Amino acid sequence: MSLLDLLKTISAIMGMLTVLSVIVLSLTLLERKFIGRIQMRKGPNRVGPFGLLQPVADAIKLVAKEDILPTWVDKVIYWVSPLVVFIPTFMIWVTIPVARDVVIRNLDMGLFYIIAFSVLSIVGLISAGWASANKYAIIGGFRAAAQLISYEIPIILSVLAIAMLAGSLNLERIVDAQATKPYIFLQPLGAFLFLCGGLAELGRTPFDIHPAESEVVGGPFVEYSGAHWSVFFLAEYINTFAIAALTTLLFLGGWLFPGLPGNVTASGVLVFLTKTYLVVLVIFWFRGTYPRLRIDQLMSLGWKVLVPLGFINVVVTAVALKTELPEIILGLISFVILASTFWIISVRMRTAPKPEYTVRLYDPSLEGLNAR
Amino acid sequence: MVNMGPQHPSTHGVFRMVMAVDGEVVVDVEPHIGYLHRGSEKLSENELYVQVVTLFDRLDYISNLNNEMVFCRSVEKLMGLEIPERAEYIRVILCELNRVASHLLFFGTFGLDAGAMTPVMYTFREREKIQSMFEMVTGARMMHNYIRIGGVKNDVPEDFHRRMHELIAELRKGIDESDKLLSFNEIFLARTKGIGVISADKAINYGMTGPSLRASGIPMDIRKDEPYSVYDRFDFGIPIGENGDCWDRYYVRVEEMRQSMKIIEQALDQIPEGSTITPTRLVLRPPKGEVYVRGENPRGELGVYLVSDGADRPYRVKVRPPSFCNLMAIKELIKGTYVADSVVILGSLDIVLGEVDR
Repeated sequence: MSLLDLLKTISAIMGMLTVLSVIVLSLTLLERKFIGRIQMRKGPNRVGPFGLLQPVADAIKLVAKEDILPTWVDKVIYWVSPLVVFIPTFMIWVTIPVARDVVIRNLDMGLFYIIAFSVLSIVGLISAGWASANKYAIIGGFRAAAQLISYEIPIILSVLAIAMLAGSLNLERIVDAQATKPYIFLQPLGAFLFLCGGLAELGRTPFDIHPAESEVVGGPFVEYSGAHWSVFFLAEYINTFAIAALTTLLFLGGWLFPGLPGNVTASGVLVFLTKTYLVVLVIFWFRGTYPRLRIDQLMSLGWKVLVPLGFINVVVTAVALKTELPEIILGLISFVILASTFWIISVRMRTAPKPEYTVRLYDPSLEGLNAR
Repeated sequence: MVNMGPQHPSTHGVFRMVMAVDGEVVVDVEPHIGYLHRGSEKLSENELYVQVVTLFDRLDYISNLNNEMVFCRSVEKLMGLEIPERAEYIRVILCELNRVASHLLFFGTFGLDAGAMTPVMYTFREREKIQSMFEMVTGARMMHNYIRIGGVKNDVPEDFHRRMHELIAELRKGIDESDKLLSFNEIFLARTKGIGVISADKAINYGMTGPSLRASGIPMDIRKDEPYSVYDRFDFGIPIGENGDCWDRYYVRVEEMRQSMKIIEQALDQIPEGSTITPTRLVLRPPKGEVYVRGENPRGELGVYLVSDGADRPYRVKVRPPSFCNLMAIKELIKGTYVADSVVILGSLDIVLGEVDR
């Protein structure tokens, strides 16, 4: 590698860091505004026009805050953990294309690389929990480990089916393969699995079990403050954006949109960002409406529902490719499996005694005072 | 061992539980009560009777008017005081409104315990309207000191009726909205159904009262069993549960809000004209004797055991707080559940620490 190449790469990485930081700022504002609207509040609106400078104020506050080092922490691990979480989340972005050729390094093994690096940040969460010498933090750290590892599998399986369809692990080629049909039409089941697993990997509602603030008060992050906490925060939002971006690339056709030229960078970036922000809004929407699952319910959902569905998805896709079924039939099969899963769940819900009948008005004419 | 509280976001105040956990399962739990002890009962012995009312405001600070009412009734019973009918109606209307406010707060915080962050915003919006109504009538949002021995402080404002009817309509809508948002959500059901089950017998043995007992299927409601004030003139139902789990404890309260609003509407129609207070002297000297009076608070039975030795200050005021007695079952309920469940169970008992620790 020549010196010029090195310089180019370094400047690209610096550019990426800047762009991602700005995106994180926009995400925090977007989340607060959006959830504020869901909750009939206005959200931040004091700092700058429409509260646009709120994220900047937040950032300044976080950096200026005292960085507390509790007495009993394991100092080295405590300081290193945020970085262990932070670095892999950035490394993923090296190979995520924003438009055609707008990428730092387009790897042929791109998907593989992303999957491999996204798991790494778990180590940081566990070590953060352990080093904090706090019981809530340790519980949170182990919750994170269990949750993230088990939800990696449905993600891998759904991505595997995509790779089989596209015949490549290169993200640009996967997008190109969706020129006529986004994979969400061929793989609705896969898209569901990916988004579900992705939410769990991010630790966002309804799977926000490791930072559950009403139980373990922030989980692994409970002892962190100031700049070190903000590093975790940054990583979380970049991950959110990464999952949304991957959903866009793998299932929604990336920067392609009917009627718009796929080769023009500006329109490509615009289309990509629009789609990604829409997916992000869906993720925020879940946060505004859903309660949190319990850890055992989360595990059983992962292992008993999502993982088998993932395998079915892979097998169906493989058989369809081998027998050269028309794509529309593959899409239909996938959709039917997804719909029947929902149907089974709703039937089980319906056959269970309906809760409203367990609470009724007491009628003294029907029973004595102590009927039970 | 995990020490949950006194400073923990979901122990509803400053309650402290020491839990022995095995992974995520709670093996044993030891509740520690008393962090907020302010000696209210002892303080009451040094205050004039009219001053004690303000202390009762601060017991269960979410249902102040209900507390005031029980204490005032106990003094009135001791003195054999007759209350003007209009005052009784105003008391009932405000107490039921207070019950709705209290249950709305429970609704929101229970959602938070289960991890849903939106219901609390919806219910606090509704609760805020009730607080403004209280402010309009009593002059204060929380520590009202409005119900006095012999009646109520002053008559209601002129447009009280109109605004109450508006408020009731808005509350109905708001409660239905929150109900739709949370009650039958699959994840919420999975988190609360069959969690923290207590049988009717055990609930009685632990001395549980109020919605927590009714959720186990016992239709015990002092407003019906031993009608005080003018409660015998209204037509309302007692919602009871079947399973005694967290969901039943939650939904009984939601239904109770609807019943309370039914009571308020009837009371607004029936309310007579007249004076609102039987004049008494500022320094009351009730005759020698003792009396136990109980009332149905939002959380259960609030009992006041009042002993007078004929002086201007009570000889002894013993409070039987509903939250304290409901909380006794916590060990039984939480043992063997998950850490996440313990938070939901504690939330479903709806304790107020001001009352537990007194």
